[in-house]
Amino acid sequence: MFEIVKKTKLNPNTEEYVINAPRVAAKCKGGQFVILRVDENGERAPFTIADYDRAAGTVTVIVQTVGATTYKLAAMKEGDCLADFVGPLGNATELGEYKNVVLVGGGIGSAVIYPQTAELKSAGKRVTAIIGARNKELIIHEKEFKQRTDELIIVTDDGSYGKKGTVVDALRALLDAGGYDCVFAVGPLRMMSAVCDLTRGYGIKTVVSMNSIMVDGTGMCGGCRLTVGGKTKYACVDGPEFDGHAVDFEEAISRSRIYKEQESEHYCRLTGGGK
Amino acid sequence: MSDMNLRNKPVVRDPLERSRDFGEVCLGFTPQAAALEAQRCLGCKAAPCMKGCPVGVQIPRFIACLKDGDVAKAKAVILKDSSLPSVCGRVCPQENQCEKLCVRAVKGQPVAIGLLERFVADNAQIQGVAAKKTGKRVAVVGSGPAGLACAGDLIRAGVDVTVFEAFHKLGGVLVYGIPEFRLPKALVEKEVAELAQLGVTFEKDVVVGKTVELSELAEQYDAVFVGTGAGLPMFMNIPGENLNGVFSANEYLTRVNLMKAYLADSDTPVFKSKKAVVVGAGNVAMDGARTALRMGAEVSVVYRRGREEMPARAEEIEHAEEEGVELKLLSNPVRINGENGFVKSVTCIKMELGEPDASGRRSPVAVDGSEFDIECDMVLMALGTSPNPLLTSSCKALATGRRGVIEVDESLETSLKGVYAGGDAVTGSATVIRAMGQGKKAAASILQSFENNR
Repeated sequence: MFEIVKKTKLNPNTEEYVINAPRVAAKCKGGQFVILRVDENGERAPFTIADYDRAAGTVTVIVQTVGATTYKLAAMKEGDCLADFVGPLGNATELGEYKNVVLVGGGIGSAVIYPQTAELKSAGKRVTAIIGARNKELIIHEKEFKQRTDELIIVTDDGSYGKKGTVVDALRALLDAGGYDCVFAVGPLRMMSAVCDLTRGYGIKTVVSMNSIMVDGTGMCGGCRLTVGGKTKYACVDGPEFDGHAVDFEEAISRSRIYKEQESEHYCRLTGGGK
Repeated sequence: MSDMNLRNKPVVRDPLERSRDFGEVCLGFTPQAAALEAQRCLGCKAAPCMKGCPVGVQIPRFIACLKDGDVAKAKAVILKDSSLPSVCGRVCPQENQCEKLCVRAVKGQPVAIGLLERFVADNAQIQGVAAKKTGKRVAVVGSGPAGLACAGDLIRAGVDVTVFEAFHKLGGVLVYGIPEFRLPKALVEKEVAELAQLGVTFEKDVVVGKTVELSELAEQYDAVFVGTGAGLPMFMNIPGENLNGVFSANEYLTRVNLMKAYLADSDTPVFKSKKAVVVGAGNVAMDGARTALRMGAEVSVVYRRGREEMPARAEEIEHAEEEGVELKLLSNPVRINGENGFVKSVTCIKMELGEPDASGRRSPVAVDGSEFDIECDMVLMALGTSPNPLLTSSCKALATGRRGVIEVDESLETSLKGVYAGGDAVTGSATVIRAMGQGKKAAASILQSFENNR
């Protein structure tokens, strides 16, 4: 069914999976997500679509090993099949009205902004990308980013590659230089929150992608609800992208912690203790 | 001789024992009890009971077969009108339908029609026979009660049927909503397997409106039936509702039922509550309360009206109370209080019943200054559901009405020619049997349209 056609290690704890899913490949667009289940006991885990090939009928997801599902996934090989792979869910990224866009990817968030580099370039926009990681080892797709952007800035926390610092520092420098009309930021909640705090001051439109906890991905459970502009929204059907300046990040960060304890317990059992 | 005015009792597991596991609560009739109960049926010629059945099961006829000891024939009689008897025998509100109109109820207790239906369904194996192929193809969207009933009638009439399901398991609300202890999932699997054996094709992991468009299905098939249910949960819009520990009953039940979070080897996490409050008093509220109880919580149900007004089935309320669920009636939450992002308590206000509202129920009015707190770590919102707009918003040509229900004509045809709809997607949240009835009605309309266009 949903065969892993290709599996590539991008860095020590991140893998790229090319999955055979013709129906999803036929319809998906950048910014949308899929929900997959590894096996019969698997949870329904959402992943943003990192790339797709309509002709080959494949969809690519990039997954960092952080818990039970991603650990099980990492143990799978090319030729193995996922139990389920459903999508495309959520709405596509819509940056068409902007001309000079800064894409900001923190950690695994780089995988989410990646499809936008191609979509924006082919629409004739000017594209700048900032990708940030803890260290050099964790940078993904550097070569491809370079080919598909007008300007690429790499930052690492420890300075082992690119500039030492955070994506926020790099973004501040760009915005001070001026000329940009939109920022699209994807990464950990704290990073997106910090980006929004910065860009608010510059009055520049900022779009973020919310990877909330969810079950069905079609609006049925309400688990992914978040507050945007004082109103409750569902990341699965109203998002996953929202106006970052309107998102209540404190609430989103708090909601992301709900299953922390149980998840690490389950992960420990699965991996035979020790994280 | 037993008193013929009293019904025979099914085997029901002890509340103390059952409230700690997910095994079925009511185990149904023994063969002896079923035989005795069948004898209680007066076999009324006018069959008032049938008027209470949304699908018109020939009740006196199937019970007559039971009196003769022919369980297989009894099942064949039921299957003429119903597709999922082992399900309906368990979850239909018989006390408000067939049994309410039973002549025995005038002087005593009505015949236990639901329990007899369940006995027949569970104890007879018969193979349906697929009819000669008509060459027609129908797509069914959603594998809940409406979709399964529609698919069953179409395949038996020689139509090729493909059922599309968004989830990874088939059965819709029967698998994500209704808990194992009320409806064992093995039964649903059996019903689905029987349809598959008859030739129905099932395609899981397809979200119509996302993975494929409704318009594509309408082009590729001779007709489409939409039975997408009412899966969208409602919240109260009170402060604190986004705290950790506040869930829609839908989410909590889906995690436990569909994702099997109650089993140790499931990867799906579920919130481990010590003290839970369930808001609402319908069947979903009772399911949520009894599930939370089994997951180890102390549970109270908060409802703004009185016991008389509780919409849940009498049996469910009784079972919940027996198991230790506390009812806090005439109370309504006004705010949820938290600490470090997690639920700490719910502030409720006392209510009193005023004048009857549009629905005929006395409407609750808040009593000023009567606020009180209930300490808890989890709040389940079971306030009802409405149809999911995901499919309708992807197909603007499909006309919808109040609360997003799909508009249909007498034959259940929608504003799109050849596209029919039924079940909760059309009626708003109702019962399994009503959805099934609509699935069957739509199947009949689809077959009629094929007949007319020959």
